Amino acid sequence: MHILVIVEHDGSVVRGGSKSAFRFADAVAKQTNGRVECLVLGRPAEAVVQEAARYAPVLSAQDEALADPVADRYARVIADVATDRRIDLIVAAATTFAKDIVGRAAGLLGGAMAGDVTGHEFRDGRLLMRRPMFAGAVSATVTLHGWPQIVTIRPSAYEPAEPAPAAYEIRPVEVDAASLPNHIRLERVESRSGHRPDVTEARVVVSGGRAFRSAEDFERLVGGLADRLGGAAGSSRALVDAGITPNELQVGQTGKIVAPELYLALGISGAIQHLAGMMNSKVIVAINKEHEAPIFEVADYGLIGDVYELVPQLIEKLDAD
Amino acid sequence: MKILVPTKRVPDTEQRIRIRGDGRGIDAAELPFVMNPFDAIALEEAVRIRERQQAGVEVLAVGIGRAEYEQELRTALAMGAERALLVECDMPLDPWNVARILQAVVERERPQLVLMGKQAVDDDANQTGQFLAALLDWPQAMFASKLEFTESGVRVARETDAGIEVVSISLPAVISTDLRLNEPRYASLPSMLRARKKPIDRIALDAIGITIQPRVELLHMESTTSRRNCMRVGDVDELLSRLRNETKVL
Repeated sequence: MHILVIVEHDGSVVRGGSKSAFRFADAVAKQTNGRVECLVLGRPAEAVVQEAARYAPVLSAQDEALADPVADRYARVIADVATDRRIDLIVAAATTFAKDIVGRAAGLLGGAMAGDVTGHEFRDGRLLMRRPMFAGAVSATVTLHGWPQIVTIRPSAYEPAEPAPAAYEIRPVEVDAASLPNHIRLERVESRSGHRPDVTEARVVVSGGRAFRSAEDFERLVGGLADRLGGAAGSSRALVDAGITPNELQVGQTGKIVAPELYLALGISGAIQHLAGMMNSKVIVAINKEHEAPIFEVADYGLIGDVYELVPQLIEKLDAD
Repeated sequence: MKILVPTKRVPDTEQRIRIRGDGRGIDAAELPFVMNPFDAIALEEAVRIRERQQAGVEVLAVGIGRAEYEQELRTALAMGAERALLVECDMPLDPWNVARILQAVVERERPQLVLMGKQAVDDDANQTGQFLAALLDWPQAMFASKLEFTESGVRVARETDAGIEVVSISLPAVISTDLRLNEPRYASLPSMLRARKKPIDRIALDAIGITIQPRVELLHMESTTSRRNCMRVGDVDELLSRLRNETKVL
C-alpha cells in the first residue's frame, strides 16, 4: 500500500499522536510491501518539516493560505495530494484536528473511513481493524470497502515510531491558493491549560472529578500533585460542565483518550463515559470517599477517603522525599 | 431560515450492551432506544434559535430507519421541531451512506443550516457531519460549544484538543454539536400529545435516488472489560510504597 500520514503539529514540533500514526503506517507498509510518505500542511514551519523527515519522505504544503488549520482548505489539499499520488491509505492520529479535517477529506474521497483504530491485522489480504464502539464497552472488527481508505488511530494504542538517524527527502507541494475554498475563518484559540503537558502525551496523568469544589482547589490539589509527579492534570466531564476546568482537560468518550503509565483518579466516581477515556492506562489508582464507586472496579489500587485530606498528604510526602 | 436536524435512534446510554451470539451485532431485543444525546443538543439549539428569532425559522427533524423510528421523531416534534421527515430504510448504514442520504434530503429541502450531533453514541464514529459538509461543499464547524449569528454567517466556539477555537463561517453550513452547547429540554407529556398532531413525512430511499454503497463492513463485535482486581490500601504511605515497589511507575 502507498500510505500517506497526515502530520499534526503546533508550528514548531510534530505532535506525539502523529508519531503513533507513523508506527501504524510503517507496520502496514511492511505487511504490504508498501511505502510511506507524509504530508505537512501549514504556514512556513521549517522545523516541523525537518522533524517529520526523520519519519518518512515529506510532501510539504506551505502557503499563507494554509496558515490556520481550517477544514475546507486543508481537506481539499489532502484530497488533491492523495489523488495525485494515488494514495491507498491515509493515516492520522485520532485527535480533534483529524476528526475535523481528515474526516472532511475522507468525505471528498469516497468515505471509506475507520476512526479511533486500536489494533489491526491482515487476513486474506484484507486490512482488518479493531475500533471501540458504545463508549468502549464493545470492540468491533471492521474492514473498509472503497479506495482510498482513511484511518485514524488512537495514539494510546500504538507506540510512537522511532526517528531515523538521517532525514528522508523533502518535496514541496504546489498550493493553488486562489482555488481553495474560503468560507471558514479562524478568529482565535483560547487555551487555559498553561504550563503542564497535554494529558495525551504525559507519562503520569492526575485527574480530578466532582469532589473538587473550585478551580482554585483543583489547581492546588490536582495541579499540585501533577507537578510533583511531572505529569499532566486531567478532569472528568462534571468539572468541565461546572466551568471549573477547561474542556481540553476532559478525559473520556467525548474528551481525550489517554493511556499513561500511571493514572490517578481523584474524586472521580467512574461513569462509563470517563472509563472509556482512561481504562487502558497501565496502572490506575483511585481515591474516592465512596466505597462502592465504580472507579474502584477498574483500578489497580484504591484508597478510600476525602481528596481534600489525602491529596495534601500525598503532596507533603512527595515533597519530603 | 430553515434548520435541518438529523437524528439517530440509539440504545439508551444507561443500558448494558450485549453482543448477539453470532458476534455480528448487538442484542437489541430488550433495549430501550432514545434519540442520540448529541442530536438532542442539536435539536435543542435549533429550537432555541427559532425561539429567539421568532418568525422565519423552521426546524425540520430527519430520521433514517424503520417505522419504529417514529417514536424518536415524535420526541423531536414535542421538543419543538415543526416537521419531521422519516427516510425509510431497513439496512444498517455507515456514515458515508447516512451522509449521502442527508445530502439528498438537503437538496430537496434546501436548509441554510444543518445542525447535528458530533457523534452517535453507538458507533462513536464522528464522521457523518464532516462527510456531509464535504459532499455539499459547504463550510463546517465541528464540536460546537457556542453559536452566535452574525451579519455574514455564524461565529462558532469549537471544543478542540488545544482549547476553544473560535471560527466564523458563512451560510449555508454544517455545524456539529458538542456536549456543552446546551442542556436539552425534556419533552413533557402535553407537548408529546400536541406533537401527535404534527406531520411526519415519509420517503423511500429510491425516491431520493439513493442506492447504498457499503464502506464499512462490520465483521465482529465483542464486549470489552475494564475490570481489574483493586488492591485496597490503608493510607497514603502504603499507596506510595506499593506504587514504588510493585509497579515501578514512581
